[in-house]
Amino acid sequence: MPWLEDMEIGARMDLGSHTFTEEEIIAFATKYDPQPFHIDPEAARLGPFGGLVASGWHTTATWMKLMVAARQNQQEPPDKDGRTPPAGGPSPGFLDMKWPTPVRAGDTISYSATVSEKVDMRSRPDWGIVRSRNTGVNQNGETVMTFTGQGLVQRREPLR
Amino acid sequence: MSEPKYYWEDFPLGETIEFGHKHVTKKEILEFASAFDPQPFHLDEEAARNSILGGLCASGWHSCAMMMRMMCDGYILESASLGAPGVDEVRWRKPVYVDDVLRLRRTCTERRPSKSRPEMGLTKFHIEMLNQKDEVVLTSDGWAMYGRREPGTPARGMA
Repeated sequence: MPWLEDMEIGARMDLGSHTFTEEEIIAFATKYDPQPFHIDPEAARLGPFGGLVASGWHTTATWMKLMVAARQNQQEPPDKDGRTPPAGGPSPGFLDMKWPTPVRAGDTISYSATVSEKVDMRSRPDWGIVRSRNTGVNQNGETVMTFTGQGLVQRREPLR
Repeated sequence: MSEPKYYWEDFPLGETIEFGHKHVTKKEILEFASAFDPQPFHLDEEAARNSILGGLCASGWHSCAMMMRMMCDGYILESASLGAPGVDEVRWRKPVYVDDVLRLRRTCTERRPSKSRPEMGLTKFHIEMLNQKDEVVLTSDGWAMYGRREPGTPARGMA
C-alpha cells in the first residue's frame, strides 16, 4: 500500500464482490453468532427477518478479506532509497458500523473503501491513522453495510 | 423455541454483569485470519514478533466475533433478541494473544422503547473485553433490539 503521504482523501478502492452461500452463512454463525435467524433456515422463516440472514460480523469480515487482497495487489515500487512501503499496519478500532439491510443466501455484495481522513499520531511519529468510509452493496443496489474504518499507515517522513 | 428468559425489561439501566470464558488458541487465530484477515501479524509468529504488535495476535474482527459468541452464550440465546442495527464504536485497545483467556463485562448505558414497534425495545450496552491480566483489550458501544415482555405498556423505571 502507499505511504501515508501518498494517500489521497476521496480516493476510492473497489474491492470486488462476494456471493454468500447458505452453507457459509451457517458455518460462520455456528462458530461465532449462533442465533436461530443465522443458523436455522426453518426457525429463521418465522424470525424477525423472515428468513436466514448472515451475521453482520460475517458481512464485515468479508469486507476485510477483500480489503487485504486488494492491498496485496497494490504493491508499490520501492522508493529511490530502496525502502518498500509496508503492507498495512494494525487498527485502533472502527466507528459507525451499520447493517441497514440483511444479507441473505445467494446475495452478491460489492465492497468499497474511500479514504476520508488522515490523523497524525504524536505518540508514533513514524505512523499515522487513515480513516476510510467502507461500504457493502447488494445486487439490488441496497446498502448492507457501512462503517468508518481506521488503520495505521507508515509515513515516508517521520512527523515533526 | 422455548420461552425467552430475558426480555427488554430484564436489562435495567446501569446494570453491570460479567460473563464468558474464552481460551484463545493459536489454531483459532490462524483459522480466522486465514479466512478473513491474512496479514502477517495474524498468521506468522516470526513476522508478528517483529511487527508493531509484538507477537502473534488475533484479528480485531476475530475479537469481535469472539465477543459476539460470548454474548450469545451469556444471554442472547436465552433472550427475545431481534438483532442489532450496527455498532457505534469498537476500540481494539490491546492485542489478543495466543492463550489469552477472555471474558466480557456488560453495562447497560441507555434504553428506550421503540416508538414504531410497541412489541420491541432498544438497549445500548457498553461492553469491555478483559484478558486474564484484567486488561481491557476491546470495548464496544452499540444498540440492540429485544422483544418486550409486556408489549406496548410503559416500561419499568421509565417516566
